[in-house]
Amino acid sequence: MRTVIQGGRVIDPANGVDSVADVYIAEGRIQAVGETPPDLRADETIDAAGCIVCPGLVDMHVHLREPGQEWKEDITSGSRAAAAGGVTSVACMANTRPVNDRRSVTEQIKATATSVGLARIHPIGAVTCDLAGEALTEMNELYSAGCVAFSDDGRPVPDAGVMRQALEYAATFGYLLILHEEEPTLSDGGAMNEGAHATRMGLGGIPNASEDVMIARDLILAELTGSRIHIAHVATAGGVDLIREAQARGLAVTGEAAPHHLFLTDANVGAFDSHAKMAPPLRSLADREAVRGAVADGTLTAIATDHAPHEADAKNEVFACCANGVTGLETLLGLTLKLVDESVLDLATALDRVTRGPAAVLGLDAGRLGVGDVADVCILDPNARWQVDPAGLHSRSVNTPFTGWELRGRVERTLLGGRAVFPFAQEPTGG
Amino acid sequence: MSPSQPATDDAADLPRHLLGLEGVSAGTINRVLEEAQGFRALLEKADKKTDALKGRTIINLFFEASTRTRTSFELAGKRLSADVINISASASSLQKGETWLDTVRTLEAMTPDALVIRHPDSGAPHLAARALDSHCAVINGGDGPHEHPTQALLDVLTIQHHKGPIDGLKVAIVGDAAHSRVARSQIHALHTLGAAEIRLVGPKTLMPAEAAPALGVQVFHNADAGLKGVDVIIMLRMQMERIRGAAVPSQREYFRLYGLDPARVERAADDVLVMHPGPMNRGVEIASEVADGPYSVILPQVTNGLAIRMAVLNLLARQRQSAGPA
Repeated sequence: MRTVIQGGRVIDPANGVDSVADVYIAEGRIQAVGETPPDLRADETIDAAGCIVCPGLVDMHVHLREPGQEWKEDITSGSRAAAAGGVTSVACMANTRPVNDRRSVTEQIKATATSVGLARIHPIGAVTCDLAGEALTEMNELYSAGCVAFSDDGRPVPDAGVMRQALEYAATFGYLLILHEEEPTLSDGGAMNEGAHATRMGLGGIPNASEDVMIARDLILAELTGSRIHIAHVATAGGVDLIREAQARGLAVTGEAAPHHLFLTDANVGAFDSHAKMAPPLRSLADREAVRGAVADGTLTAIATDHAPHEADAKNEVFACCANGVTGLETLLGLTLKLVDESVLDLATALDRVTRGPAAVLGLDAGRLGVGDVADVCILDPNARWQVDPAGLHSRSVNTPFTGWELRGRVERTLLGGRAVFPFAQEPTGG
Repeated sequence: MSPSQPATDDAADLPRHLLGLEGVSAGTINRVLEEAQGFRALLEKADKKTDALKGRTIINLFFEASTRTRTSFELAGKRLSADVINISASASSLQKGETWLDTVRTLEAMTPDALVIRHPDSGAPHLAARALDSHCAVINGGDGPHEHPTQALLDVLTIQHHKGPIDGLKVAIVGDAAHSRVARSQIHALHTLGAAEIRLVGPKTLMPAEAAPALGVQVFHNADAGLKGVDVIIMLRMQMERIRGAAVPSQREYFRLYGLDPARVERAADDVLVMHPGPMNRGVEIASEVADGPYSVILPQVTNGLAIRMAVLNLLARQRQSAGPA
């Protein structure tokens, strides 16, 4: 299969490319960009005039819920959501049921993802067995089975001694730990950001210190152990400062920001809106601005959604008891471009943070369009506007706080290894 | 009262639910207070019953223990000749695995006119109100540390009765404001009615975050300073069961620092009013000499509570009629 994508504006942040050019794909890989290869007989020509042609997006923080909670999402519905969102590489968190703390779970996820074939699914293994924060998983075996990093996301390792051992063991092999930073004793009883809004609503507050204390601890432990760490969904100004300062000291620490933390604040909780409940919580405007600044200056090199699907019942509870999290795969691109519209990022940097940035953190062969690279491509119409409507989304769950938002940038086509995975050949019956 | 149905100054245009007092207009509050004044007079008569809500049904649905609020709503409903049902969480089907919202919907299907809900979590009455399809009014009987609107209304009625207009008064609220739904509702009502100054008095561990900007209060950590010159002192119950861990080192130290004894009452204005929403912890937050002393209106508060709840039920439990034929 040979494909040529004609006349699009090719933006490939990894290679510093931003120009109108044709992209030639053969055998699932990029054969040429711009220059016409000697043998140019294409089986398919895609007219991309007026469109942006960029690497398929990489979302390094996703909860696919399979195995165990398929009523929220499964690998099929999650892969469809990814493809529809222009996302071709997905790293999925370990808090499945059972937890991805053993080879069999990793292999099951990989096998299912391969048969679905709509996105590259990269499992993240657990740091500790059953996310219990006690015994380490067989990281080496999990890695050989296909795990690309390790995380107890959602259940941070509370015991500093265990975390030290986990970091040290991971550093033995050069594995990356992805850390959800939250000191449980400071978050206990909290449901939202500690501050004026929580006070008025009578909701328990979670202080920024809950996140900052844990980031500080883990940076110190990373320095002690010489390990690589990646801080998930950074939401506080203090956390940003700690990471920036550690990077200046030469620590191998990276970080990501979630779209909801880049656009929303604790005021969005309103009168107990459960779609504004997540961990870490929506913070203050000052925190939001600090996180935006960190994505802009490269302290945080990835925008990752923390896509956390939940059925309606899980959100239809009192705020303190309802499930944490929002979906994100299908709004990632539009919200990233909104950062451009709001002058937070230039277009190349914005696309970098959802392609090359996260791919580099995970060491994936993805997120770029150089000659010889895998042809994972997103073709989008940057001027098409669409309104977020849960009925039009492909994830099994529709717990998005962005319903009704008008976003710019519609995915016209998603290619995975040169093969079109979106638009879908046919809609599945029965929704 | 419901955020989705902003109150207007047109007193005739009452909100459908009473979920809280934040954002509720002075017109609406005054309408309730006037109605309650009328019921206060009734309560002094030998025959205390009216047939205002004859044929109506009120369900008290309490997911948290309560004696005085539940009794007050029950008696208020009965005085209005409504059929009153009390359900406490332990007696409901919750233990059979039904969600509390399903309990709400099940009860709604029995066509009550008002549902009084108390729940340990903030926002529960809001969620219930959103889940209802019928004309039934939801009345917040206290939700977590969020609001307890009828308590604040009865407090305002009590203050007005003894002091006249709220406008210009200085009020000190002493104690565990962080965990107090009563304090939040009181602050909203007092602000709306023009109180000159509202002070929160207590240690930092019992203050809600950013209390001053969030609630428009002045924060005092020294009780003697906080009580100086105030017209009203409202003592909050030390909600021992809500305190997690180490907010207060001991009851002894708490009383020494913040307990209301006769010497502290002297700091306030000469004709100060001492109030407590109950139930009191004598010797923990208030000395018996003060609770039973000449400035105390703690028992009249209870009586006014009955009048307020009659007023609220009478105004909100008759919407089937105003909405059209049943």
